[in-house]
Amino acid sequence: MTQKNRIDGGLIDRNEPISFTFDGRQFEGYSGDTLASALLANGEKLVARSFKYHRPRGIFTAGSEEPNALVHLRRGAYLEPNTRATVAELYGGLEATSQNFRGSLKHDLMAVTDVFSPLLSAGFYYKTFMWPKAFWEKIYEPIIRSSAGLGRLSGEEDPDIYDKGYLHCDVLIIGAGPSGLSAALAAGRSGARVILCDEDFRFGGRLNAETFEVSGMSGTDWAMETIAELAAMDNVRLMPRTTIYGAYDHGTYGALERISDHLPTSGNKPRQVLWRIYSKRAVLCAGSTERPIAFGNNDRPGIMLAGAVRTYVNRWGAAPGKRVAIFTNNDDGWRTAHDLAAKGVEITAIIDSRECAPLSAPAGAAIIMGGQVVDTKGRHGITSITLANGQQIETDCLAVSGGWNPNVHLTCHQRGRPVWRENIAAFVPGGDIPTGMMVAGAASGELTLASALKQGHKTANSVVKDLGFKPSRKAVSKAEDEPVEVSAFWHVKASKSRAWLDLQNDVTVKDIKLAYQEGYRSVEHLKRYTTLGMATDQGKTSNIPALAIMAECTGKTIPETGTTIFRPPYTPIPISALAGRSRGKNFRPMRLTPSDKWAKEQGAVFIETGMWMRAQWFPREGESHWRESVNREVKQTRNSVGICDVTTLGKIDIQGRDAAEFLNRVYANPFLKLPIGKVRYGLMLREDGIVMDDGTTARLGENHYLMTTTTANAVSVFRHLEFCAQCLWPDLDVKMISATEQFAQFAVAGPNSRKLLQKIVDTKFDISNKAFPFMACGEITVCGGLPARLFRISFSGELAYEIAVPARYGDAMIRALMEAGEEYEVVAYGTEALGVMRIEKGHAAGNELNGQTTARDLGMERMVSKKKDCIGNVLSERPGLNREDGLSLVGFQPVDRKLELKAGAHFVAKGNPANTENDEGWMSSVAFSPIHGHSIGLGFIKRGHERLGEIVQAADPLRSRNIEVEIVSPHFIDPEGERLRV
Amino acid sequence: MIINHPLLGPRDASEFTYLGDANLMNRPDWLSENASEQFYEYLYLRENPAGEHCELWYHEQGDRSWLVITRNTLTNEISKVELARELERSA
Repeated sequence: MTQKNRIDGGLIDRNEPISFTFDGRQFEGYSGDTLASALLANGEKLVARSFKYHRPRGIFTAGSEEPNALVHLRRGAYLEPNTRATVAELYGGLEATSQNFRGSLKHDLMAVTDVFSPLLSAGFYYKTFMWPKAFWEKIYEPIIRSSAGLGRLSGEEDPDIYDKGYLHCDVLIIGAGPSGLSAALAAGRSGARVILCDEDFRFGGRLNAETFEVSGMSGTDWAMETIAELAAMDNVRLMPRTTIYGAYDHGTYGALERISDHLPTSGNKPRQVLWRIYSKRAVLCAGSTERPIAFGNNDRPGIMLAGAVRTYVNRWGAAPGKRVAIFTNNDDGWRTAHDLAAKGVEITAIIDSRECAPLSAPAGAAIIMGGQVVDTKGRHGITSITLANGQQIETDCLAVSGGWNPNVHLTCHQRGRPVWRENIAAFVPGGDIPTGMMVAGAASGELTLASALKQGHKTANSVVKDLGFKPSRKAVSKAEDEPVEVSAFWHVKASKSRAWLDLQNDVTVKDIKLAYQEGYRSVEHLKRYTTLGMATDQGKTSNIPALAIMAECTGKTIPETGTTIFRPPYTPIPISALAGRSRGKNFRPMRLTPSDKWAKEQGAVFIETGMWMRAQWFPREGESHWRESVNREVKQTRNSVGICDVTTLGKIDIQGRDAAEFLNRVYANPFLKLPIGKVRYGLMLREDGIVMDDGTTARLGENHYLMTTTTANAVSVFRHLEFCAQCLWPDLDVKMISATEQFAQFAVAGPNSRKLLQKIVDTKFDISNKAFPFMACGEITVCGGLPARLFRISFSGELAYEIAVPARYGDAMIRALMEAGEEYEVVAYGTEALGVMRIEKGHAAGNELNGQTTARDLGMERMVSKKKDCIGNVLSERPGLNREDGLSLVGFQPVDRKLELKAGAHFVAKGNPANTENDEGWMSSVAFSPIHGHSIGLGFIKRGHERLGEIVQAADPLRSRNIEVEIVSPHFIDPEGERLRV
Repeated sequence: MIINHPLLGPRDASEFTYLGDANLMNRPDWLSENASEQFYEYLYLRENPAGEHCELWYHEQGDRSWLVITRNTLTNEISKVELARELERSA
């Protein structure tokens, strides 16, 4: 197919043709094209259907502010919805399809919604579909959702790689148009570290879209020369295809770099990189965005912003029409006429809303001063316009200019408010812009070229001077200031047909007036009621005209009416980019235990506990159900010996002359008199009297202790201890460090545990019951000299030890232990068997230490010393935590032993209805006890310790269960603790 | 945000965890007559000013220093960063 609207010139490489498809049809463009410019060059006007009314829409802008031309790019898992054709760089084989229609783009079956548009005005779904209520979720909403909207997702995982990165600089320059290039030159020449970013793939900004001269050469050539100079500087980093999307605290900026969006495939490179840029100063040179004028049927394909029409002609050699009319309220619109005429495009008419002397115009164009376009015709593209005086003018492209808005967005990201400047009828950055940011060029309201160059230069020089660099003496590049007079004109009141403000959300002038009639005054409410300024373009072309109309309605000025708040991101950021590499198994780090390799060899089943991967159980051949494996592990441990990797428990090494005093203050129970070589159970409270954590602390030396914490609280306990040491008692001589990862630790439990260990522990260490009794600890050597620590502590309720060796010996240790245990038929056990045994023994764990329970609830109130100052003891005495009918931890077993208990069931006294009023507590942990042969549980019930033997209901309405359970002692095995001490 | 650590220089806020009002350093005396009232106020009645606020941050992904940071809660401007362990306590 030929490029029928391709004309001479432009910054495209005609030696490099590129084929692409749009809606399955084959087209050709050139290297340097965007999808939009290539479509226009091929005469494609209709590219999309609108959000609500399914109106035919064409390309409206030439940049990231595009509201209309959203397409699906690529296919399959690579499908990318809502891509703006105006910023999609053309590459070989690009596949684009239009979105939001049924049938075909040209004959969209949903276009019928346009006929019903009177029913679909602002807030229609708040008013209609009210009855019957049940219809909303099942019928109305699904229909609305499927008929309105933007593109669709592939539903598949994004196969591309996304990355994150961090950059530092002295000066960040945002935007590489005339002011940005000028600023970068000045800053770069001073020697400061500069980062220059632009969302476009080609630096130069409007210089590439205009026919201006700078320093006696074309603006484009000057831009290229400047870029070459900057590229040669080691202290300057040039980042094209990079959008600064947010201004954050203390000079931090978010940037999205599109590394390979413009390539057919990303190869092994990341598709996009999300940068965090730390800058000492930033110069915002973001330029300005043109805004439209609202008039009847102003949304037809072929109606475009005047500056964009000029851009397509000058930069891309693509004429959006053959006979172009211009509707403007400012001088800039006239430049479009001149530039187009210079390229041989016919200008049919220039309609200027201002009653003033006409500017010079190309020959043959009808000049209508004080004119207004009231309506347009053309089903799939504009064919004619109607003026207020009734005159009809045939045209296939109407270029509209309502003036230019400085891109103030980033100046407002920290709640800054822009201020109104009358002479350009636009908002400019206010006084409360982010610290360290300066604004130059059109973004500051300086809309002309020479002043943009000057301001960029001057601003950069003052910034680098401020940072201690010596500004270069080189002068600013010279250019002329072009005419930019504007007279505010927002919408054509004489238009009878619908006049669009927000093309992306189908919001019309009438919708704004309706919202006003219905009492909406605040612009924030207006936005949410009408959906003005939402979705991908965030109202870049529509917000200000809509505000102006709201101001008209209320009789206030535009600055009095105010803007909505600008928030990041400036343009859409894919969720994939925000996720970066934190996806799937890389979502967060994974921690492996020292016996991981060995456990995998044994075919262990693993479970995530926090970040740790722990062996859950070790299935053996012939075992078809996890419980078979767990029962075997429990029985064998209780009958002979079992081994479990307990490395994941937090280990905190605490040293110092005041270590004992410190422990005495952070634990609720006394610690001053713990002898060297002994371990003590410690109960830690929060300051509010609730239990924080529990564990054991061993005294290894005069001033040396080793604390263990639960796996889950290892980090928070360590943080808390540092808080206590540094913030509460800085006078105490105590230092600590986490040793969790430095030591591999294994529990060796069961009646044969000592015999097994005696084969491992070097013979000079006596670990007999007499020499090394329950709660003893010591530094020993094993396997012929390897330093180790041995603790005689038990979580299972059996005679048990924990042995710790430096982490690098963990793998060797588990193998040595298992080998030594062969004669006792040692088993390895996982977290399930660990859990079963601790429930049988009645030990509280995470389910019981849930941040709501007190020492009293756990039956450990006697541990909370009243004779010392410790965290939590004062507030643990609050009456509310010491009610007579308070909870207490007890055991439960089903009356019908065949039934299974469920954690989460709530207890209700026998005979009472199972409701919240009668709730007396809950089941916190359950397990099948292979020793007892039935289900057992731990739980909290009011006055539980006084109610042993009572039968209550365990109500579980979520699972439609209610069974009878008996309250029993929480110690299902060895209540006297004899096994521990043999 | 960037926190200018007194020992390590400017560090990204993501290296830190936040606790809250620095008044948490002024833990009441457990032996005072109305200790429970004082502890209740200490723990639950904290200032939440719109403006300058002294607050505790912990350099968890760094040197584990607890810092007292004076931050304007409206602008995030940080005017002072001190090591908690070197500050005087009032209680």
